[in-house]
Amino acid sequence: MAVSSVQIYTWLERYAGIVAEQKQYLTGLDAAIGDGDHGINMDRGFQTVLVKLAPVRDKDAGTLLKTTGMALVGSVGGAGGPLYGTFFLRAGAALDAKAEVSDAEFVEALEAGLKGVQERGKANRNDKTMVDALAPALERARQYLGEGAPLEEVLAAAADAAEEGMKATIPLKALKGRASYLGDRSIGHQDPGATSSYLMLRALSDSLAALPQRATTTTT
Amino acid sequence: MAEAAVTTRLKKLINTPETEVKDALAGMVAAHGDLIRVEYDPNVIIRKDAPRKGKVGLVSGGGSGHEPMHGGYVGLGMLDAACPGAVFTSPTPDQMARATAAVDGGAGVLHVVKNYTGDIMNFEMAAELARGEGAKVNAVITNDDVAVQDSLYTAGRRGVGVTVLLEKIVGGCAEAGADLETVTTLAKKVNANGRSMGMALTSCIVPAAGKVTFEIADDEMELGIGIHGEPGRERTKLKSADEIAEILTSTVVKDLPYKRGDEVLAFVNGMGGTPLIELYVVANAVNRYLQKEGIKPARWLVGSYITSLEMAGCSVTLLKLDAETTKFWDAPVHTPALRWGV
Repeated sequence: MAVSSVQIYTWLERYAGIVAEQKQYLTGLDAAIGDGDHGINMDRGFQTVLVKLAPVRDKDAGTLLKTTGMALVGSVGGAGGPLYGTFFLRAGAALDAKAEVSDAEFVEALEAGLKGVQERGKANRNDKTMVDALAPALERARQYLGEGAPLEEVLAAAADAAEEGMKATIPLKALKGRASYLGDRSIGHQDPGATSSYLMLRALSDSLAALPQRATTTTT
Repeated sequence: MAEAAVTTRLKKLINTPETEVKDALAGMVAAHGDLIRVEYDPNVIIRKDAPRKGKVGLVSGGGSGHEPMHGGYVGLGMLDAACPGAVFTSPTPDQMARATAAVDGGAGVLHVVKNYTGDIMNFEMAAELARGEGAKVNAVITNDDVAVQDSLYTAGRRGVGVTVLLEKIVGGCAEAGADLETVTTLAKKVNANGRSMGMALTSCIVPAAGKVTFEIADDEMELGIGIHGEPGRERTKLKSADEIAEILTSTVVKDLPYKRGDEVLAFVNGMGGTPLIELYVVANAVNRYLQKEGIKPARWLVGSYITSLEMAGCSVTLLKLDAETTKFWDAPVHTPALRWGV
């Protein structure tokens, strides 16, 4: 099986819609422990992404991801811009300009994105950040991939793991970002970055499930 | 009807929250076109005669709403460019990369970055972009706010008042023709020798949010406030200016610590909504405290230079001086917000 650039575009478009829909929700989570602009910033970013993707939507998957990253870096600001921007830039760079992207290459690209986020934000797991959703998700994806599961199942399992990771941020004390200034007062709140990361992976899983995949090898 | 289209006009001198930054930039260049030029999309305020060949470029930036910082400090003897973000939101790497390219006269560029997670990451990305284009870029991070505990368990101390003093002193050094390493070393020294603490009497309204950042009762004050209305050390009953000044100054003095015989630059800063007469009342108490401790305030800066929109309150910054820092503090400066010696 392979991942097509149509699937990537569908994912990004779907996620942009979800961010717009959940803008107030994300902003509300951020108001509790941050500076209350996460939904506003992410929505501005993904609306920009849609504009920038329009002229390149027929290009390869790597180009779509890199365009997304540059659009986010240039429009979101705050901490979300560099972090989500880096995620997509690194994922896009990992795919290079490949016309065909295998399941394994796609998961590797997402892993490269996570590595970029960790380098940029210097966050570890349990610091109460987006890493708490992304890291377990990609761990689960790698495991399912290793067991030979089809990509649909791999990504559904990843989204489930991200959801668990997101919920697990509630009892955590923030050790990174503006929420860290609150110390113990950050406990009891779900992290907004982990939440937007979960929504991103759920959108990925849902959008790939909704589209027929392109078979590139003969199945027996 | 689901939702009536009711819009309440905020009681602020703005047209719309979305246009505030650009409207203000256009006003700045109208008023100070002899000193600066402005580029839009990405938004950058650039010294009129930049790039200057052989001079280290100084670039800073941050969220808007702290005026005159940083755009008001672009000009001779201070910054070469400033990147204004949305109100209280870090600017983006494309702004900083453009600013860096616009002021690079071949001697390299120093980024002055306040210690906030977003600012740090955006400037890091900008530095990577600029280095990719062949520029020499260093960065110095200011983190002088004693109200925030510096530990492994937080994002570290915030950059506040020292940022203004650093931009002036390091700007003087760069203007004198020093190389990038010398300028960077001086910047680190200034940050290491400076400490600040602020307080708020009232909150502020971010236009896009439309409501006060935090609630505070008429008889309360917030000690250790940041420049975005972030909470500080404690919420207490309101005290007299003398008592407030002593709390701020003594906390700052004990932190470095500043010692008997030290010469300092004493900076009493208004948060945006406090009149100058009150800042001088505070300056009087700061002076009395320093004299009592045997610390000599050799230089002063009193006024609203790093603000938090319309917040009322003040901050006290002390910077330990030596011959080098004093010389560059006294050096000529000509910017929209600071001017002497020219």
